[in-house]
Amino acid sequence: MNERPIVNGQPAVNGRPAVNGQPSWWRDPALRPMVVACLTLSGAVGVFGFSFGVGSVAAGASVWQTCALSLFVFTGASQFSAMSVIGAGGSLGSALGGALLLAARNGVYGLAMSRRLDGSLGRRLLAAQLTIDETTAMAVAQPTRREQQIAFWLTGFALYTFWNTGTLIGALTGSAIDPETFGLDAAFPAGFVAMVWPLLSDKRARLAAAIGGVVFLASVSFLPIGVPILLSVIGVLVGVQKPVPPPVVDGAVS
Amino acid sequence: MSWTLVIVLALGAYAFKVTGLVILGGRTLPAVVERCLALIPAAVVTALIVKDTFTTGQDLVLDARAAGIAVAVVAAWRRAPLIVVIVLGAAVTALLRQI
Repeated sequence: MNERPIVNGQPAVNGRPAVNGQPSWWRDPALRPMVVACLTLSGAVGVFGFSFGVGSVAAGASVWQTCALSLFVFTGASQFSAMSVIGAGGSLGSALGGALLLAARNGVYGLAMSRRLDGSLGRRLLAAQLTIDETTAMAVAQPTRREQQIAFWLTGFALYTFWNTGTLIGALTGSAIDPETFGLDAAFPAGFVAMVWPLLSDKRARLAAAIGGVVFLASVSFLPIGVPILLSVIGVLVGVQKPVPPPVVDGAVS
Repeated sequence: MSWTLVIVLALGAYAFKVTGLVILGGRTLPAVVERCLALIPAAVVTALIVKDTFTTGQDLVLDARAAGIAVAVVAAWRRAPLIVVIVLGAAVTALLRQI
């Protein structure tokens, strides 16, 4: 997103640092804005965890069931969807159907993240549980592979902690603060705007994004909840066409 | 709410994540598929933005969120840090709701 800041007296962390001379991520001043962003986003998610805890108990779930959903399902949209269907008196099948359709997009994120993460099978199985909207968007917004990995794991662990702590407190309190009063429902799309923006410097990505947005808008009112987001993946077909080769520059003034 | 729902949803959600990241993602794929995969975040995150800004359930709506996100877009375009973009988007939305 932003240019990496030039920090006086810390030349080792600017540009391409040598692997051995690289400071730890929490000491690296160049990474600080990203670290702050990851933690802030996770904090905002904690407030939503709180409202999920409140709502889930109100919909008839026990505190244990509410916490189990956040610990093991760990994908907010699916949890809210299941909770609202059950709360409205819907069947088990309809609650599961909607929630699983919403969960399917994490599979798509997994495909995108698998190109950016390293590590053993065990590490990947752990990463899988953390692969959701926020961790993926935060990771892909970073310019280098190292920063992508730091952003993914940091957001993943912080968000998991905040989401589950928020859920527990909400389930125990049961009294609601309304996230909409503070515009928190707009915090997510605003964050996604900042995350997707750096990707849009590429012409093909812009086209894919436009198609994704239009396909969603065109289908949202008549397809079941969860399906339009999956359908927006059609935008990636822009990639079928081979990229235009870079222009020949020798002798040419461009 | 039944424990069946909790358990099936947990297993199903994890199965999707593992399918993408571990089972399909670990393979080397043809160049054309790689080019398409690289475009997933742009397409899907944009759809998520549209969803969270212009819809409530299955209904298209135009409310305070649209103004908040418009301000967020300007802030992102001006290269404001992520936290500024988030706070501006939320604050503008909250302020308009107070009016």
